[in-house]
Amino acid sequence: MSLAKPDAVDISNKQKVALAIGIIGLFILTLALFNTNFPNKGVFLTCALGLISVGTIIYSRDAYLTKLEGIKNDGVWFKSISSRGVWGWVVGVILTAFYIVLYFYPKYLGLGVDGVVNTGLISLFDPLSQLLSGRQASQWFVYGTLYTIAILAFGYKFILKYRHNRYQQIRTISVMFFQLGFAFLIPEFMYVMNNDLPYYDLKSMWPLNYYIFDEWSVNGFLSNGNIGLALILFGLITIFVISPILTYKFGKRWYCSWVCGCGGLAETAGDSFRQLSSKKMSAWKLERWLIHTVLVFSVVMTTAMVYTYLGYDSNDFWLTRGVFIALVIGFLTLVFAGVLFFKGKELGKDVKYGAIGFFVVIALLVIMHLTGTTKHVFYIKAGALRSIYGIYIGSIFSGVIGTGFYPILGNRSWCRFGCPMAAILGFQQRLFSKFRITTNGGQCISCGNCSNSCEMGIDVRHYAQKGENIVRSSCVGCGICAAVCPRGVLKLENDSMKGRINPTEVLLGNDVDLMDLVNQK
Amino acid sequence: MEHIVIIGNGISGVTLARHIRKLSDKKITIVSGEADYFFSRTALMYIYMGHMKFEHTQPYENWFWKKNRIELRKAFVKQIDTNSKTLLLADGGNLSYDKLVIATGSKPNKFGWPGQDLEGVMGMYHKQDLENLEIYAPNNKACKRAVIVGGGLIGIELAEMLNSRNVPVTFLVRESSFWNGVLPEGESQIINRHIKNHHIDLRLSTNLKEIVSDENGKVKSIIIEETGEEIPCDVVGLTAGVSPNIDFIKSSTIETGRGVKVNRYLETNIPDVYAIGDCAEQHEAIGNRRPIEAVWYTGRMMGETLAQTICGNRIQYKPGHWFNSAKFLDIEYQTYGWVFSEKSKQDYEQHFHWKHHDDTKCITVAYNKDTNDFLGINTFGIRMRHEIFDKWLTEKRDIDYVMNHLVEANFDPEFYSHYEAEILSTFNNQLQTI
Repeated sequence: MSLAKPDAVDISNKQKVALAIGIIGLFILTLALFNTNFPNKGVFLTCALGLISVGTIIYSRDAYLTKLEGIKNDGVWFKSISSRGVWGWVVGVILTAFYIVLYFYPKYLGLGVDGVVNTGLISLFDPLSQLLSGRQASQWFVYGTLYTIAILAFGYKFILKYRHNRYQQIRTISVMFFQLGFAFLIPEFMYVMNNDLPYYDLKSMWPLNYYIFDEWSVNGFLSNGNIGLALILFGLITIFVISPILTYKFGKRWYCSWVCGCGGLAETAGDSFRQLSSKKMSAWKLERWLIHTVLVFSVVMTTAMVYTYLGYDSNDFWLTRGVFIALVIGFLTLVFAGVLFFKGKELGKDVKYGAIGFFVVIALLVIMHLTGTTKHVFYIKAGALRSIYGIYIGSIFSGVIGTGFYPILGNRSWCRFGCPMAAILGFQQRLFSKFRITTNGGQCISCGNCSNSCEMGIDVRHYAQKGENIVRSSCVGCGICAAVCPRGVLKLENDSMKGRINPTEVLLGNDVDLMDLVNQK
Repeated sequence: MEHIVIIGNGISGVTLARHIRKLSDKKITIVSGEADYFFSRTALMYIYMGHMKFEHTQPYENWFWKKNRIELRKAFVKQIDTNSKTLLLADGGNLSYDKLVIATGSKPNKFGWPGQDLEGVMGMYHKQDLENLEIYAPNNKACKRAVIVGGGLIGIELAEMLNSRNVPVTFLVRESSFWNGVLPEGESQIINRHIKNHHIDLRLSTNLKEIVSDENGKVKSIIIEETGEEIPCDVVGLTAGVSPNIDFIKSSTIETGRGVKVNRYLETNIPDVYAIGDCAEQHEAIGNRRPIEAVWYTGRMMGETLAQTICGNRIQYKPGHWFNSAKFLDIEYQTYGWVFSEKSKQDYEQHFHWKHHDDTKCITVAYNKDTNDFLGINTFGIRMRHEIFDKWLTEKRDIDYVMNHLVEANFDPEFYSHYEAEILSTFNNQLQTI
C-alpha cells in the first residue's frame, strides 16, 4: 500500500522550539565530549541537563496536553524515528557507538585513570559527583546521571501520554522513584557513609547484578562488618524469598515494569519503539532458546565464581566446595522435581526442553567439580569465564544491543532475549503466579493493536481472539495492550490460580450447547 | 475428498475454514478478490492513522494457511452455477465445489445521491476504500475538507481517521442526535458533545442533497438538502450503513432478499450451498436480533456453527445473549443484553441512566418495569465483564441484583476510579422519587 510519510504528522512550532532547546543541551554535552574545557563546569552541566529536560517537558506538554485524553499513537508508523526510518537508524547508530565507547573505551569519554584528573565529557560531571559523594566522576557516574535524566524526563512524557490511565501513571512514578533513589542517589550516599562498600543498587538482584557473589564483591561486603553482611544477606533474600512471593502475588511485573532500571528506561525513553518488537513465531522460538541459554550460563558462571574462592577444608569454613556444589545441585533438583510433579502435565512437550536444560546444568556443575582447581574451571581461568559473561552478556547484550538497538529491535530486546532475571521471574510467572491478562469473553475483534504495542513481542491477539487469557512467561505487565484495546477486551489481574489458563475453541456469546460440545473436549 | 469452497476471507469465512480444519481433513479453498490474506476489517482505520501497518492487521502469519492446508485463491467470483457446482471467476478461471459457503460480507450503501460515483467519493469498508482515501486525503493540503455522510459506527471512525491527519471534517447526520436509532438519548448526546470536542463539524438533522463535480469529474463540494448550503470539499465519505455484498449471486438460482436467504441451519434454498456473516439473511429474525446481522461477532459465531454442520453434526445457529462494542473517538462502548433507543423500545422497557460529571462516562441499564427483570446494559467509558453479564442474563437476575453487584462486573484497569457506589446511590434516589 502506498503509505508514504504523510506530512500531516509534522510537529508544531512549539515542539520545534522544544526540540531546539533539547538539542542545545545535547550540543553542550557533545562539545564536552570533544574536549571543550568549560570554565565553570557546574553551570554548563546544569545548563545541559536542564535544557534537555526542559526541552522534553515542553515537547511532551504540547504533544499531549493540547489534545483530549486518550490513546496517542497517531502516526507512530509514519514517523521516521519510530518506524525504522532514517532517523531511527541514526539514533540507533549513535546510541550503539555511545555504548561501545562507554563499556570498552571510557578514556575517549575523558576518564582519568589512576589518579589522573578527568577530561572531556566525564570531567563535565565532576561537580555533580563531588557534590553527591565527594569524588570525581567515573564513566558510570556519567552514564547513571544521563540514564536517570532520561527516565525522569521521558517518564514525565509517558505520564502525560497516558494521563487517562492511572495504572500507567503509578507504574511510571514507581520506576522514576526507584531509578532516582535506589539506582542513583542511595549508592552515592552509601559510598559517602562507607566508602569501602562495593556499589550496591538495592533493587538490583542476582542474576541481573551477576557480580554480586564475585570474590571481590563478597569480600568487600564481608570486610565491612554487619552492614556488609546484612547487604549480602539481603541480596540472597531478594532472589530466594522476596521475589518469589511478589511474583506469585503480582506476576513478574512487580519487578520488570515497576522497579527494574532496564525496564524503567525501556518503558520511558523506549516507549516510542515498543511496536518494533517482532511478533513472529520464529522470534518467539529464538527468544526461548536465547534467554534460557543465558540463564544457564549465568547460573553456571556464578556457581563457578563462588566455587573458586571456597576452600576444600570444612575446618576453615563450613561451606566447602563440595558442600556448595551439593547445595546448588540439590536446590536445582528440588525445583526441577517440583515443577515436574505439579506442572508436568500443563507443560506438555516443553518438559523435554526443561529436562535438557536441567541435565546440562547438572552435567556442567559435576564436570566443573571434577576438573576444577583453585584457578581454573573448565580448563580455563575462572576469571575468564566471568569476563566472557561480563563482556558478552553484561555489556554487549544488555547495553550495546539491548539499548543501542532500541530504534531497530524495539525497547525490550534485552529483557526479552537476554535477561536471566526475567527468565527466572518468567518461569515462575508462567507456573506459579496469580497474574494473568484476562480476555473479556467474546469481545475481541482481532484488530491487532495489542500485539502491535507489545514490547515483549507477544502476539497478544492470538490469545485474545480465542477468548483465552494471556499467561506468558515473558509478559512484563506493562499494561499497554489493555490500554490500547479499543473494545475493552484485556485486563491485567491477580486472581486465583484455578482457571487461569483457559483455552477455548468457541467463544462466549455463541450457542451454549455448541460451547459445551466443543470446549469440553 | 470433499471440497469446501468459501467465498470471502473475512472473519466468517476464515473462522469457518479454521473450524472445518480442526474437525476434518476436507479440502478447503477460500476465494477472495479483496486481499491475499485474512485481515481484520475493523482495524483498517488504524492503518490510515499510523497506529499499525497493514501486515499488523493480519491475525495469522502467512505460513499459517499452508500449514493448515487452507488454499487461498485471489479472485472475484463472477457467477455461481449451482447445477454443475462451479464458480466462474472474474479472471476467467473456474472452480468446482462440493459444498459452497457464501461469506462475502457487506458493501457501503449508496442511496442514489447525484454525484455518488465521482472521484473522491468513497465508502470505508474494503481495503480498496482505504487505498482510495490515502490517494484523495493523504493530508490536509491535498484534502482541505472532507464531508462524511451518515452517522453510524463507520462514519465516526472515518471522522476519527481524518482527524488524526488534521483534515477538517464536516459530519452530516440524518438523525436529530448521533446514532439515536440505536442509542438511548443520554448516551447519544454525550457522543454529540464528544464529537464536537474533537473539533469535528457535526451537523445533526442534516441530509445530503447532491455531490457536485469539478470539471475533471472529481468531487468539488456537496449541497445540503435542508439549507441548500454548499460545502466545498475534496473527499466525501459515504457511511450510511452497509448492505449484503451479493450482486454476483442475483443471477443464480440461490434465493436472495436483501441478503442470501438462509434458514436456521444457515442453509440456502440450494442443497450444499450455505451463507454466513454479513451477507446472510434469516427468513425470520432470531429473538430481538435483526434478520441481517452485520457484526464481527455474529460472523464469527456463524462460522463456528456452520463448521459443525458441514462436518456432519447438523446444528442450528442459536446465538446466545446479544453483546457488542465500539469506540467513539476516545470513548469506549460496550453493550450486553438489549437496550433499545427511545425510538424502538417496547412499553415495558424502562431505563436507568447515570452519567459521570466529566461527560465521558455513563451507563444505561434496561429493565422490565413490570417484572423488574434485567434486560441489558450500555456502558460508556467503563469496561464491563462479558462473562458476568452473560451469566446474569441467563440467570434472569432482576435490576436490583444487578445494581447491587455491579462492582463484580467492572473490567477497568487496576487503580481506576470506581463509580459503582455513586451509580447505586443515584439509582436508589431515583427509585425513591418515583
